[in-house]
Amino acid sequence: MSRTVWVWTEIAGDAPHKLSLELLTLAQKLGSAEAVVLHPASDAALASIGEHGASVIHHGSDARYAEYLTEPQVATLAALIAAGAPDLILFSSTQDSRDVLARLVARLGVGVVANATDVTYDGDSIQITTPYGAETTGTVTLSSGPHLVQIRPKSFAAEATGGTAEIRPVTTAIDERTLRVKVLEQVEQASDGPNLDDASIIVSGGRGLGQPENYQLIIDLAQRLGGAPGATRAIVDAGWVPYSHQVGQTGKTVKPTVYVACGISGAIQHIAGMKGSKYIVAINSDPDAPIFDLADLGVVGNVLTIVPKLNERLAQG
Amino acid sequence: MKIVVCVKHVPDPNHPMVVDAGTKRLVRNPAQSILDTADEYSLEVALQYTEANGGEVIALTMGPAAAEDALRRAMAMGAGRAIHIVDDAVAGSDALGTARVLAAAIRAENPELVLCAVESTDAYTGMVPGALAELLDLPQVTFARTFDLTESQVSVQRATDTGYQTIQATLPALVTVTASVGEPRYPSFKGLMAAKRKPIEAKTAADLGVDASSVGAAGAQEHVSAVTKVSEEKQGVKVTDDGTGDSVDAIVDFLKKIQVA
Repeated sequence: MSRTVWVWTEIAGDAPHKLSLELLTLAQKLGSAEAVVLHPASDAALASIGEHGASVIHHGSDARYAEYLTEPQVATLAALIAAGAPDLILFSSTQDSRDVLARLVARLGVGVVANATDVTYDGDSIQITTPYGAETTGTVTLSSGPHLVQIRPKSFAAEATGGTAEIRPVTTAIDERTLRVKVLEQVEQASDGPNLDDASIIVSGGRGLGQPENYQLIIDLAQRLGGAPGATRAIVDAGWVPYSHQVGQTGKTVKPTVYVACGISGAIQHIAGMKGSKYIVAINSDPDAPIFDLADLGVVGNVLTIVPKLNERLAQG
Repeated sequence: MKIVVCVKHVPDPNHPMVVDAGTKRLVRNPAQSILDTADEYSLEVALQYTEANGGEVIALTMGPAAAEDALRRAMAMGAGRAIHIVDDAVAGSDALGTARVLAAAIRAENPELVLCAVESTDAYTGMVPGALAELLDLPQVTFARTFDLTESQVSVQRATDTGYQTIQATLPALVTVTASVGEPRYPSFKGLMAAKRKPIEAKTAADLGVDASSVGAAGAQEHVSAVTKVSEEKQGVKVTDDGTGDSVDAIVDFLKKIQVA
């Protein structure tokens, strides 16, 4: 039986969001891929969505979708779902996607799986893979449909295969009463954070550094190796470093050649964002820390002794 | 102003999370559980507002008996009272079931503002606040990195991938806050003592008029069918530093071997 899989597709700047394009790759594997775009979009942006695998684009171009958050999108999406009866709808991990998805769950009264890394079908039964516990993944099924799943970044690669989508204008009227959260100002900030997305070497620090000043050791080591400095959620929450440094389930998902984890125990929140690294080096004082299960080289010891010495050694060349 | 802050008693993230092979649920060890640190930020902004402008902060949680600890901690920070939904019938709720129970409790209070963390530090799904906003028919103001509340409206800077948006809604509303809104206070000794005498109202799903079949394990539409080891443990090398940094040799050798140093 042929399944219809919708991808909630966002527009960023004047192009489809790269995370939405990743989801089109998964959607095509599972059935007939269709995109839902509730946002003004150029012909070029829509063409790109087609090239990435959508056979149909449901496009609502009303400017108010860009001016108000969540509720008008949920109302229209719910109406489209009622009419189009998709089997599965995929959402990315952006703030806008998560907001629309969470509200939609209660609107439709259905289950949802967040942070998934894969979706397959066993007959009619959906099988969703998601991190669960420190060293385990769960396979989760959803009983009622449509199935709503949010997929982690970089779980799939966006692929421009060169198709053309049929564009179906969405004419659902926007109810004024849904226009309750207004965007007054949109501020793009030049990223002063590390480029974790493209770095081939990442050195990250966690609570084991003891105090904020010691994060400088991480910055120095990253610099000496020609890499970027990262951090756990614990030290970001504690205010040691900005959010732009955060690696993990709620931060960046990274896949560098080498990941050096310093004073990081390996909470699932963090592991989810870095376990795809090719090589992992871990330095931690607790010999039982879960991070060592992932490490190609594990060093049991004090980061405050080892990292300064490592910096010195690398400085000597 | 009446503000309800949703809080959660979660396993201390500094200890590895364990999943029970039989029930396929997270093992919740009360001795290693804490008030979710993510909730301290919403408590802080609520308390700052009511201390300056008057009003009431109510901490709300759903969870087993031990979750009372989280409510006591919230009251030690300054919340005036608490509501604890404690009922075997709600155990095993999925995101929607949880939102249904919390919504029923919030509806009975009819607050001007509901505050939540962006997501809990155990499940990290972030699905409950949005579902709650829908069930309560409230505007959903999310990912706040700043927080500006007046008697009639709330404005926040909402964190985005590339910067932020300033967004605004009229009260009543639901707001989710991030750790960027400001450092939460540490409870004072006086606060800790006072919290022992502050009232906690215990409620069941039936007290709240919630249909038991729509919540808990009975109402859950998400079913964990299998739990598997993430991956084969790597056959990595483990060395122990002698305390002088002698392991640096092993690290440098490894980095040379993989050609990054």
